[in-house]
Amino acid sequence: MSHTPEELMYTESHEWVRREEDGSVTVGISDHAQEALGDVVFVELPELEAELAAREEVAVVESVKAASDIYAPVSGTILAVNELLEDAPETVNEEPYNEGWIFKMSLSHPDELDKLLSAADYRLQCEEE
Amino acid sequence: MNVETEKTMHTPLFALHSSLGGKMVPFAGYELPVQYPDGIKAEHLHTRTAAGLFDVSHMGQVLIRGKGAATALERLIPLDIMEMAVGQQSYSVMTNDQGGIRDDLIVCRWAEDEFFLVVNADCKQADLAYLRAELADQEVTELKDRALLALQGPQAADVLGTLAPVVYMLKFMTGSSARVAGFDAYVTRSGYTGEDGFELSVSAADAEPLARQLLADHRVSPIGLGARDSLRLEAGLCLYGHDMTASTTPVEAGLQWSIGRERRRDGERAGGYCGAEIIMEQMVQGAKCRRVGLRVEDRAPVREGALVINLQGDEIGKVTSGGFGPSVAAPVAMAMVAAEYAVSGTRLLALVRGKPRSVLVTQLPFVKRRYFRG
Repeated sequence: MSHTPEELMYTESHEWVRREEDGSVTVGISDHAQEALGDVVFVELPELEAELAAREEVAVVESVKAASDIYAPVSGTILAVNELLEDAPETVNEEPYNEGWIFKMSLSHPDELDKLLSAADYRLQCEEE
Repeated sequence: MNVETEKTMHTPLFALHSSLGGKMVPFAGYELPVQYPDGIKAEHLHTRTAAGLFDVSHMGQVLIRGKGAATALERLIPLDIMEMAVGQQSYSVMTNDQGGIRDDLIVCRWAEDEFFLVVNADCKQADLAYLRAELADQEVTELKDRALLALQGPQAADVLGTLAPVVYMLKFMTGSSARVAGFDAYVTRSGYTGEDGFELSVSAADAEPLARQLLADHRVSPIGLGARDSLRLEAGLCLYGHDMTASTTPVEAGLQWSIGRERRRDGERAGGYCGAEIIMEQMVQGAKCRRVGLRVEDRAPVREGALVINLQGDEIGKVTSGGFGPSVAAPVAMAMVAAEYAVSGTRLLALVRGKPRSVLVTQLPFVKRRYFRG
């Protein structure tokens, strides 16, 4: 059974979102997603300062099996990317919720966060899959 | 798509795959495990270091029987079939009138007038129809009630040898009937991983008990389609429908080695198969394009369909298979490129999601093949 921390928000496309104190959000992929993908061998990180609309393709996680798009959970600007993943993409499998984060972004419409899934709702979605 | 492939079929090992936690996916009309809980990378590495068990029962097993079968088959297959010894096996292709590849296959001589063919699952029905139409004087039988298991890896011989010592006598690309753990099998020393190993054709009813017996050996793990693909890619082995198709000739696909010596221009039975003139001409003049290996310079996998361009930006080919090679620990790919670029060391670019990625034309295979040649 995959791990779904209570304090995070989730998207239907399996990203997790953590609200930071400075008002930005950190984004990665859920434990359920990394399990389904299998061994991650490459992460194509977003461009710094890229401006994105919610649900826009922003990064790609590649496993041995296939390439999967990662979507911006909300609208905003990319503030930081996890460069550790360039040399150690397997961190996404090993620690999806901490060291395996993918990018940080600012929010142009903070109320978009209300549309994200709670841990309970996300678990339900995963069970239905 | 024909009626038979519209519904998903099960191999005799379906229940076993499910009980082992196999993640089942539709493949060539069958439901087969893409991986087990260990995952593709671990399964791949296990096969290269110990032994992996694969269910390849989806492939077509065909028996050709009748007086003059060797001569008849030589009209369809550019192989020295007449010279094959009983128990000898060869990789080959069936060609079409344009010299393209209808299918690639394994031919094994079971008796003077009896040949055992293993063909691709996707081509099975078309192959059977073609063989029946072309070999009117031969008996063409699909061995539907048989399963095919592959045991691959450096420890495969010791694992199988404890159950059937006779397999130690087999060299690469030979076969023999054998009793394996009490089950009747036809065993060949061959495979699709680049490793030493065996393929076992057994009755459908015996498949699961035999597979369980093999898996009871701690050196053996079950391996899914995902690792099967990465293993064969690292070994530089073609996948039909990807690295070669009905419009690819054996010369373009880099398979001219598979054409029998006597079937070449200066051979005793030169030509005499579909598309022979085109193929023989290409063997002398060269083909316009060639299959090559590509080493990818950074970590981004370059996958099937990626366009290959030269440093001037002209499109000169396409990736036919690509992914991450767990043993190479880097992305690897094969591509069909214009002949002038099919030279080891040539630097090219592959477009991955619009971004050019630097690739180097390289000799195949990516890993050393470790067949047992005696």
